[in-house]
Amino acid sequence: MGEGLNIVVCIKQVPETTEVQFDEETGRLKREGVAAVINPFDEYAIEEALRLREKHGGAVKVITMGPPWAADALRDAIAMGADEGWLATDRVFGGADTWATSLTLSKCIERMGPCDLIICGLKTTDGDTGQTGPEMAEHLGMAHACYVSEIKEIKDRRVTLRRNLDEGVETLEAPLPLLITVGKDINQPRLATLRGRLKAKKAEIREITNKDLGLDPKEIGLDGSFTRVVKLFEPTVHEAGEVVEGSVDELVDAIMRKLEECKVV
Amino acid sequence: MSEAPVRVTDGCTGCGACLTACPFGAIEARDGKAFITEACRACGQCVDACPVGAIEVRTSGAVALEDYKGVMVYAEQRKGRVHPVSYELLGKAQELAAQLREPVYAVIVGGGIKAGAEELLRRGADKVFVYDHPALETFRDDPYTDLLAQCCRDERPSIFIIGATSVGRSLGPRVAARLKTGLTADCTSLDIDPETGLLRQTRPAYGGNIMATIITPNGRPQMATVRYKMFPEAKRVEKPRGALVNKAVDMKAIRDRVKVVGFDEAKEEVSITEADIVVSGGLGLGDPKGFQLIKQLADVLGGAVGASRPTVDEGWIDYRHQVGLSGRTVRPQVYVACGISGAVQHQAGMKTSDVIIAVNKDREAPIFKISSLGVVGDLYEVVPRLVERIKESGKSA
Repeated sequence: MGEGLNIVVCIKQVPETTEVQFDEETGRLKREGVAAVINPFDEYAIEEALRLREKHGGAVKVITMGPPWAADALRDAIAMGADEGWLATDRVFGGADTWATSLTLSKCIERMGPCDLIICGLKTTDGDTGQTGPEMAEHLGMAHACYVSEIKEIKDRRVTLRRNLDEGVETLEAPLPLLITVGKDINQPRLATLRGRLKAKKAEIREITNKDLGLDPKEIGLDGSFTRVVKLFEPTVHEAGEVVEGSVDELVDAIMRKLEECKVV
Repeated sequence: MSEAPVRVTDGCTGCGACLTACPFGAIEARDGKAFITEACRACGQCVDACPVGAIEVRTSGAVALEDYKGVMVYAEQRKGRVHPVSYELLGKAQELAAQLREPVYAVIVGGGIKAGAEELLRRGADKVFVYDHPALETFRDDPYTDLLAQCCRDERPSIFIIGATSVGRSLGPRVAARLKTGLTADCTSLDIDPETGLLRQTRPAYGGNIMATIITPNGRPQMATVRYKMFPEAKRVEKPRGALVNKAVDMKAIRDRVKVVGFDEAKEEVSITEADIVVSGGLGLGDPKGFQLIKQLADVLGGAVGASRPTVDEGWIDYRHQVGLSGRTVRPQVYVACGISGAVQHQAGMKTSDVIIAVNKDREAPIFKISSLGVVGDLYEVVPRLVERIKESGKSA
């Protein structure tokens, strides 16, 4: 192992807005014309990796799985300061659920050289599952910690960190290698500099296809996915009740009647 | 099973790392290579221990679906107290199991959890699998994953559901990946397809703009994490019909890499997910001070203060108060929305409330479309008067 920390950041390109158009006829989402950006949570993951590199030395490698144009997300990460961009792209990777995605990404990471720490955003804004990180940790046989809000110290290959649970904030001590997922309270991501953008433009994006991984096509992509989406539909809207207008006293009367009905006053 | 589910490939160097890693003594050295014996329980420890990646879990062949029976619920507990989402899941599990004619299971992991386990019986479980050991008192992903995966391998449930709490959403993916099965995140509804008997798992996607129904046709168990406050709790019965099944725990055979060295409990006056009444404020407050008014109303009603995402993003109030898709889901008796327009993301977190009262200046606000009572007016006029009237009624909390 070299000096410093070998950090891998997993990112995803997502639609800029979640205001999706929905095609009732085909039951599919209309994705045309929506700009793609780095999943917002992943920017915090990249920032944290850069800060750790500044403190401990080492390298920050960023990986994404997606179509060829997902390379744009990698260039954005390089513009922020990441050292290398890796793109897992192959038709057979497509249509993957979190199981197949995490398997593919973990096999890629094994090929990317030594890895001490993997950082992921705690979820994506499109899929919204938050599962790919912990599933990768399992595939790689690594320990993991979700919802990390602060890395306090890395010393003697042990990490002390704080992470958010529903009931409060836990302090954990974990060994490297480790996978963590981070949220928006961990840092404030930097903006890319002009110099960074120029560097990113020229940077080489390293592609990984299934020729490199040699995975059984039945294990990856749509065929390797255990879950199947069978229906997409718009959320049901609850029936509207009474809507009242009038003087303040009339309005308050209406609320009081409702509260009395519910036996809360 | 006649064939060992774990396989040693030609890459084996005979280093012996797996022999010491195997908790079941199921690996022997034969002809200078590792050999997996019948004692293998496919825990996967050797796969991780192998420095050259020469051991793999056998992947060929689909699982025999008919071997899997039972609807299993993960009963999350903290300090011995069972998280109420577990009772909600047990209620749902009974419904699903009745349709499938399969038993209802619960599994609980912790230290000193007998009372919790007994409560699970009273909530209708046919069997409660109990992993009780002092060293398991505090949740850690590693040992809890090992034991839940073990329990699923032993008991072979067809369905395994977990509360989509912070713990559940960290643990669920780890267990699903270990068991090599699918997992659907953060479901809001579950039912059985009457024709195929498969679990239909429905969840919001794309920020709540779309609902997706997902199935797991070929993986077992069919796994899902399920949002808290989506279903009513299972009713309590005084004479339970089920039984506790104590499971052996050998801490030496369990991986445990991450140490919990501290915990700062969140300070919450009334937790919004537990409250019977929630009064929430939105951008219509115009100012962070508006939350003082919201708190006055919540206080006289004995309720908790909620907030829409934009107010949290603006820094007017702490994230813990956020109701909605990216915040908490609440299901109170009464939800009062003040100055909240009611974006779908907010609705996703509160629309299952029994009664929704909305106060908004804008007659066209989407919140009125889901409100039991919509009040078109200025909240700065309506709410102070309402607080007075409740105090006058002499029934304020």
